[in-house]
Amino acid sequence: MTDATLPAEKAVRSREDGSGGKGIPVSVYIAIFWLVAMVGIAIFADVIRPYGITSMDLGNRLARIGNPAHLLGTDELGRDVLSRLIESIRVSLLIAFGASLISAFFGTLLGFLAAHFRGFVEQLVLMLADFQAALPFLILSLAVLAFFGNSLLLLVCLMGFYGWERYARIARGLAISASAQGYAAAVAQIGASPARIYLKHILPNIASTLIVSMTLVFPEIILLESSLSFLGLGVQPPMTSLGNMVGYGREYLTNAPWIMLAPAFVIMFTTLAVSVVGDWLRDRLDPTLT
Amino acid sequence: MSADIITAQGLVKDYASRRGMFAPPTTVRAVDGVSLSVERASTLGIVGESGSGKSTTGRLLLGIEPSSKGSISFDGRPIPAAGTSEWRRLRARMQLIYQDPLAALDRRLTIADQVREPLDVHNIGDAAERRERVHELLAAVGLRPDHGRSYPHELSGGQRQRAVLARALASRPEFLVCDEPVSALDVSIQAQVVNLLTDLQERFSIAMLFISHDLKVVRNISDRVAVMYLGRIVEEGSSEDIFREPLHPYTQALVSSVPQPGTPLKERIILQGEPPNPANRPSGCAFHPRCRFATARCRSETPALKQTTDDRSVACHLVAVSTAQPSLEGVV
Repeated sequence: MTDATLPAEKAVRSREDGSGGKGIPVSVYIAIFWLVAMVGIAIFADVIRPYGITSMDLGNRLARIGNPAHLLGTDELGRDVLSRLIESIRVSLLIAFGASLISAFFGTLLGFLAAHFRGFVEQLVLMLADFQAALPFLILSLAVLAFFGNSLLLLVCLMGFYGWERYARIARGLAISASAQGYAAAVAQIGASPARIYLKHILPNIASTLIVSMTLVFPEIILLESSLSFLGLGVQPPMTSLGNMVGYGREYLTNAPWIMLAPAFVIMFTTLAVSVVGDWLRDRLDPTLT
Repeated sequence: MSADIITAQGLVKDYASRRGMFAPPTTVRAVDGVSLSVERASTLGIVGESGSGKSTTGRLLLGIEPSSKGSISFDGRPIPAAGTSEWRRLRARMQLIYQDPLAALDRRLTIADQVREPLDVHNIGDAAERRERVHELLAAVGLRPDHGRSYPHELSGGQRQRAVLARALASRPEFLVCDEPVSALDVSIQAQVVNLLTDLQERFSIAMLFISHDLKVVRNISDRVAVMYLGRIVEEGSSEDIFREPLHPYTQALVSSVPQPGTPLKERIILQGEPPNPANRPSGCAFHPRCRFATARCRSETPALKQTTDDRSVACHLVAVSTAQPSLEGVV
């Protein structure tokens, strides 16, 4: 049995390696296409949206998928699901990309500062990282949003706090090991400034690890925003986001599942696409693997 | 202008190590009062066992690590503290070559980019001149121009060490510390790299501190040799003198272990015991527990490094000052 399946499996694997060595695997093509489409939708949301997100078609409430006027149906107030989905993609992507970049930037910066100065700065950064890791982030977000009200900007900044401690720990650990021996010490010995050592040498060398970490944090941020919106503290109606739509759609899960399923599929495919592209990028950025 | 490019006086380096959460920190003295100087365009070899403080001495001289005591002057001026901009500028004039060339190269940059790095850092020449210089350097160390476009992992060990050498020479340094530069290489390639080093040294008149535990290599390359044992120089002199007629018992043991072509290895002195722990130094002469000639005086009194002849010094009670011949026969 195993003897029979092994050669077949090997053949498939070698074919995959052959196409993955030079060209781009099909799954990555699809993932990139999906992400480009999502970004395109987010940018041109105002143009491609067939209806306004608040315009109600009261004669067509809870219309099914495939309705001639409403391709993805309508919700309980007769609002077009497709239009709301397009707007949701814009808002959710803005939050997720913005927050991922903020947390990656500050996390890496703090990690490098800790590695460079050591001593007190390092202890402080590590203490903050431990504090962040020990803190239930959802509860912190609830508290912040309850006190400061909420705006999109605040939400992006708040989500930007999520996951920074992972980047900080990774960046610190790898920078210290690179400085203690090897290429970073060699470049320091040549007389390069710390900025040059960290940006030109250490950052590209640890970028693959950081990118993988980013592809893990990105879906978590989308899901976190979804849970906050689901709890009613994220994006406020009449504005909409993917999580917000899932939250409000759940009440109609039995008789109008499309309201909830459409945004749920978008969340799933987007997070999957980010993981696939991130994994591929990691391999591509490493010259020793090609 | 003095003949010495770099001079060190009474260098001491202590490392603190903690053996438990509540134990008081113990200090380990890696380098204990080393004084040396390297003449322009000449080579000083440093030999010794692992843990004898050879590498630490090299790092102290370059100012990569601050010394606990003692002073270093490079070209008549003291070395600025590590990390300051003066220290960084000084890097153009003094360079270090590591033991492991793969670790010393950034695996994400091509060889040409890395050889160019010192020129970029110290802002030497314009873009065209830098390209020209990289070309020149690759040719000087015996690499083909197309090697410049490859990544470190695509080269062999010897080629990588040549690339490291090219990078070190890019800013035309006057002083080079080679920390076991050939220990990680195959014996067949060692000779090539050592010959290349001597060629380049003559061509560019560079002063070198050559750190190694390999006496054959040190004898080939060095003008003068310093033998280190447990953080101290026990014997210093011209390469010829030391290998022809070692005075210190430790040097005698080292030299006796080097095979001579055509003669059977006879009278080999085999040292007893392990190299002692620097954290727990023997009293008196640090070498006495392993010395064949040790006397009561060796156990209690530390011998100082004393000149025997004009350019030779030894730290041993049994070697009479100002006689070239050791009076060891009487003891045996």
